[in-house]
Amino acid sequence: MQDMGVRVLFEGANGVRLLKGLWTALRISLLSMAFSFVLGTLLGCAMTLKNPVVKAAAKIYLEFIRIMPQLVLLFLAYFGMTKAFGIQLSGYASALIVFTMWGTAEMGDLVRGVLISIPKHQYLSGLALGLSPWRVYLHIIFPQSARRLIPLAINLSTRMIKTTSLVVLIGVVEVLKVGQQIIEANRYAAPSGALWVYGAVFLLYFIACYPISSLARLLENKWKG
Amino acid sequence: MKNSINHKIHHQIKKMFWMTAAAFTLALSACSSSASQDAVTARTLADIQSSGKVVIGVFSDKAPFGYVDASGNYQGYDVYFADRIGKDLGAAVEYVSLEPANRVEYLETAKVDIVLANFTVTEERAEAVDFASPYMKVALGVVSPDSALITDVSQLSGKTLIVAKGTTAETYFTENHPEVNLLKFDQYTETFNALLDGRGDAFSTDNTEVLAWALQNPGFTVGVPSLGGLDTIAPAVRKGNTELLNWLNEEIIALGTEEFFHQDYDETLLPVYGDAVNPDDLVVEGGIVE
Repeated sequence: MQDMGVRVLFEGANGVRLLKGLWTALRISLLSMAFSFVLGTLLGCAMTLKNPVVKAAAKIYLEFIRIMPQLVLLFLAYFGMTKAFGIQLSGYASALIVFTMWGTAEMGDLVRGVLISIPKHQYLSGLALGLSPWRVYLHIIFPQSARRLIPLAINLSTRMIKTTSLVVLIGVVEVLKVGQQIIEANRYAAPSGALWVYGAVFLLYFIACYPISSLARLLENKWKG
Repeated sequence: MKNSINHKIHHQIKKMFWMTAAAFTLALSACSSSASQDAVTARTLADIQSSGKVVIGVFSDKAPFGYVDASGNYQGYDVYFADRIGKDLGAAVEYVSLEPANRVEYLETAKVDIVLANFTVTEERAEAVDFASPYMKVALGVVSPDSALITDVSQLSGKTLIVAKGTTAETYFTENHPEVNLLKFDQYTETFNALLDGRGDAFSTDNTEVLAWALQNPGFTVGVPSLGGLDTIAPAVRKGNTELLNWLNEEIIALGTEEFFHQDYDETLLPVYGDAVNPDDLVVEGGIVE
């Protein structure tokens, strides 16, 4: 029975299908993460402004995205937009939008937290040296912030990769769904296949997330000195 | 398939999320113009034929009804029918992978033309979508060991019957046969194990499930293959897409004359159920349930 189970992984195009599923998950999460990084940094900077209107708007956006389960946001983008406005977005586009919105909110809050964690004398010393506020940020605040931000941003990226398993509910077939398809297709012929397939999916997620963590460690070590 | 407990729990979680989403959607629609009801229209029969493509929603992980084979192609009892629909419409079939919880939504938002995903006809669903004539029926089945085979419900009186919580089997026996002692389990796998261990005299759930299980477990036979209220499974289209609905009904009648669904059964379900099942217990021809 054991060897029958593992054979399921190599049958036909199953291996390639799993890899394609992983690619789908990665394409959504990494692209969303790239957008979130840029938009989140802007949002985070905006949140440190003293302007109460900007502050309130950012707060409402952040809380809204945080409180709503990602699944509900996906349904809203995919089905809700069609029902309310007749806008037909593809599942992939809906996923990108929702994950970018979510990532921007989370990233914005991380950037805000890091920026205010930089001691005030760093800002003031820079200004006292005669640097313009823009240069203070560019040469003093951002380099220190980046170092503190990396572990947090990595955590967010890997979380995002894993959360992509929800997109199947809006019709996007990713790695976990492919795994379930393979398990179910072999439900009678190879019932022990489930363990192997889930094992393979676990391994694929690990392969996707591990390099990101390594890169983060590398950067942290490099910047320590 | 409606009966699996995992599926039920899943369904409930999804339903919870979905209700929240629905509330927000409602709020969204309320904000938009009153024309929101017509924000999207289903493709008509003519639209489908002229585009040369019909979008059909099926399950991709419910073997042997709708699943994806090792080459990545859709297969199964529902898919066999869907392929034929495509052929008779003169359109290529584009398959969309659906989940139990989002089948109605896919039709309401016209993201698919037809749903052929083991869709059990219920009154609640019929308010949201239009069902065509049925092409399959499901009922409860009772499986028991060959040494003490139960062939009639009356034999269960005073005996212990294993059921999974939240299934139609539990509801049916609680309401109609209080003389039967029920042994209830949360998980599907526990119920089968309990029967193997002899903790109960018989086990009841969807007949398709017990039939397939009995085939894998020598020494056990489904003595009662069809019991309780009969549920039918039918194709569904968006509410009000009458033209397409009529076409489907006529198609099902026409296919009945050539015993199409028996062929479908032979191709897709026979390899799984073997001789254990009488095709007439599952297959519906021409949309007529006896």
